[in-house]
Amino acid sequence: MIKHDEVLNENIDNKKTVEFNVNIPIDNLKKDNQKSSEEHDIIPMSKNSDKKVLVAFRDVKIGFYNHNQLAVIVPKLNLDIYEGEVLGLVGESGSGKTTIGRALLRIIPTQGGTIYYRNKRISGKLPHGEKRELKKKIQMIFQDPSACLNDRSNVDYIISEGLRAFHLYENEQDRLHKVSNSIAEVGLRPEHLSRFPHEFSGGQRQRIGIARSVIMNPELIVADEPISALDVSIRAQVLNLIRKFQQEKKMTFLFIAHDLSVVKYISDRIAVIYHGKIVELASAKRLFEKPLHPYTKALLTAVPIPDPRLEKNKKIEIYDGSCHDYSVDKPEFVEIEENHFVLANKKELEEYRKLL
Amino acid sequence: MQENDINVKTENEREIEISVKDLSVCFLSHGNKLHVIRNVSLDIYKGETIAIVGESGSGKSVFTKTFTGMLESNGYISSGTIMFQNEDLAKLKTSKDWLHIRGKKIATIFQDPMTSLNPLLRIGSQIIEVLRLHRGMNKEEAEKEAIELLRRVRIPEPEKRIHDFPFMYSGGMRQRVVIAIALACNPDVLICDEPTTALDVTVQTQILELIKDLQKEYNFTTIFITHDLGVVAGIADRVAVMYGGQIVEYGSVEDIFYRPAHPYTWALLSSLPQLADDGEALSYIHGNPPSFNEEIVGDAFAPRNKYALKIDYIQEPPMFKISDSHYAKTWLLDKRAPKVEPPKIVQNLSKKLNSMVIDNKKVGDNSD
Repeated sequence: MIKHDEVLNENIDNKKTVEFNVNIPIDNLKKDNQKSSEEHDIIPMSKNSDKKVLVAFRDVKIGFYNHNQLAVIVPKLNLDIYEGEVLGLVGESGSGKTTIGRALLRIIPTQGGTIYYRNKRISGKLPHGEKRELKKKIQMIFQDPSACLNDRSNVDYIISEGLRAFHLYENEQDRLHKVSNSIAEVGLRPEHLSRFPHEFSGGQRQRIGIARSVIMNPELIVADEPISALDVSIRAQVLNLIRKFQQEKKMTFLFIAHDLSVVKYISDRIAVIYHGKIVELASAKRLFEKPLHPYTKALLTAVPIPDPRLEKNKKIEIYDGSCHDYSVDKPEFVEIEENHFVLANKKELEEYRKLL
Repeated sequence: MQENDINVKTENEREIEISVKDLSVCFLSHGNKLHVIRNVSLDIYKGETIAIVGESGSGKSVFTKTFTGMLESNGYISSGTIMFQNEDLAKLKTSKDWLHIRGKKIATIFQDPMTSLNPLLRIGSQIIEVLRLHRGMNKEEAEKEAIELLRRVRIPEPEKRIHDFPFMYSGGMRQRVVIAIALACNPDVLICDEPTTALDVTVQTQILELIKDLQKEYNFTTIFITHDLGVVAGIADRVAVMYGGQIVEYGSVEDIFYRPAHPYTWALLSSLPQLADDGEALSYIHGNPPSFNEEIVGDAFAPRNKYALKIDYIQEPPMFKISDSHYAKTWLLDKRAPKVEPPKIVQNLSKKLNSMVIDNKKVGDNSD
C-alpha cells in the first residue's frame, strides 16, 4: 500500500523534471492534484497577440433583477485582459463599466456566459476554497477614498485586515513588518499606522486604499475610478503609484475611468464602452491616432485640452446612437487591424478600412 | 470676435463689476481662529469669464461665497471690502439685507445638482418660486416664463417636463435645471462652483457650451471655480490661481498657460496627465496644502516649492507686476532673485499640445 503523501511527492518530482527551469509553487501543484475545477482552452480574441491571457470574458451577460424582471446592463461581453497590462475601461456613467469590474470580482452574479481566470472558470457557482483563493488574487481600489475606509479602525487594522483573514503572516512581528513595508511603498510613514482615516487628506486616504489591496500581493487589481474624487495635483501621485506597482510587481490592472486623458497616460490598451457594449478596443496610442467608432471620436473631442487657443477653437462632436443602421446588417465586434477591435456591421467595416 | 474685443480694450477702460479689496475671512473652530482668506484683492470686469483655480482647501469656494453672503455660520469677513454696484457687500449681515443681491443679481450654480434641487418639489414649482419672489410675477406668467427658461437651457419638451421631479432627470439635465433657476432673475453675475465636476466628460462639454451660449445671450459676468485646467482653457478670459487663501497669480488665460510665472502654477500645469510622455512618471506637488491652524509665515507655498528661496520662509512676497494684465506673488520676480527657468514641460506646453491637436484634426477629418 502506498501512502498518500508518497504519491504527492512523486507527482511533484515528475513535474519538476518536465518543467525543469520553471519555479512552480507547491501550492499550485497541490491544486492540480485535486482537480477541483477543469482547465479550459481559451482561444484568445486576437490571433496576433502572443501575450498570455489572464482574464477572458466570453459572451458574458450581466443584469439586475428588478421586480422579477431582468434588466440587462451588459448584453454580451467579450474581452481579454493580458497578464501584466493596464487595461483602461472608458465610458460615460451608466455604461456598465463598474458593473463589469464588479462581475469580475464576483460581487454581482453573471446571467450568462463565462468569465475565465487563468483558463479556469470563475463565474457562476464555485467551491468554497476557490472563491477564497480568488479573493486573495483579485483586489479592488475604490473611487471614494473616504467611503471605502472604516472610519472607526486605525490604518494598521485597515491594511492588515486581508492578512488576518488569510493568515498570511507568521507572527505579530512579521505582520507589522509587512504592513510598514506596504505603507512605505505608497509613500506614507510608519507613524501614520496608528492614526484614523479622518486624519488624512483625500490623496493620502486613496494611498491607504491602495496599500490595503497591494499588501495581499494580488495578481489583478480592479481600480474603479480611483482618481475621479481627487485633486489635480494628487491625481498624479496616485497614477504614479499604479504605474509603479504594474512595473515593479508585474500586477495587472483593470482601470475604470471616464476621463480619456488619464486613461491614455496609464493604460496599455483601452476599451471604450457604450451602453454595455464595447465599441472599440485598441492600444492606447492607436486609439488616439486612429479612432474609428463615432462614439470614440466624440469622447476624444470631449476631453478638455489645457491650452486656451486649441480648446477655444475645438470642434465638438456629439454622438448619436441613431447614426447606425443595424436593422438588417447586424454589427459584430471585429478585429479590423492588429489588436484593434471595433463594433461595426459589414458596411461600416468597409468604410473604416478605408480610413486605416 | 468677442474675445478680440476684450483684448483690444486696455485694463483701465473696462468696467469693473465686482471690486474686492484686501478681503480677509476667518472661521471660528473649536476656539481657534482660522484665517482662511488672507488679504485678497481682485477686480472682476463686466461681461468677462474669470476662472478661479486651486486645489481643495485653497479657499476658492469660500472666496466666492462672500459675494452672496453664504459663508458657514462660524465664518465671517474680518476686514476688507467687496464693492458691487456702489454697495459694499462685506457690510451686509442679515438675510433680509442680502435679498436684493443673492439670487437676484448674483446667482450661484453648485457642484452637485441633486443637492441644490429640492427632491420633493416639481421642477416647475422650483423655478416658479424664484420668479414670483424676485420678479413679482403671478402664477400664470411665471409658469410661462419657466417653460421658456427650460427651453433656453435646451431641455426637450419643456411643457411636459416642467411637471417632473428632479430624480426623473439625469445629472446633466438636473444641472440644466439649476442653470435655468439661476438665470430666472437675469443676474448680473453668475458664480459657477465646479458645475461640471460631478458630470461625465461628454455631458461636461455640453454644459460648458450651454453656459458660453447663455453668456452671449444674457451678457452676465461669470466667475468659474474649478480645478480642471482643461475646462479653464476652454471657458475663461482671465484666470486667478489661488493657494493657501491667497491669489498667487492672475492674468489673462494666455498669460497663465503660455507665460506662467508662479512656481505653483508651474506645478499645477506640469502635473497634467495630458502632458506626460509615455512611460514617464508624472510630476506632482509634494507635501500637503498649508493648514490654517497656525499663522502662515512667508510664502504659503514655500515648503512644497522646489524653487523656494530663503526669503520665502521669512517674508510674504508682494504682488509683482509682469504686464498690464499679468500679476504674480512670488519672490522669484524680484530683481535680486536668481534667474529660474520654468520646468521644461511648462515651456513646451504649446508644442506638446499641438501634437495632440493634430490627432484631433485627424479625428475631424475622419468624420467628414
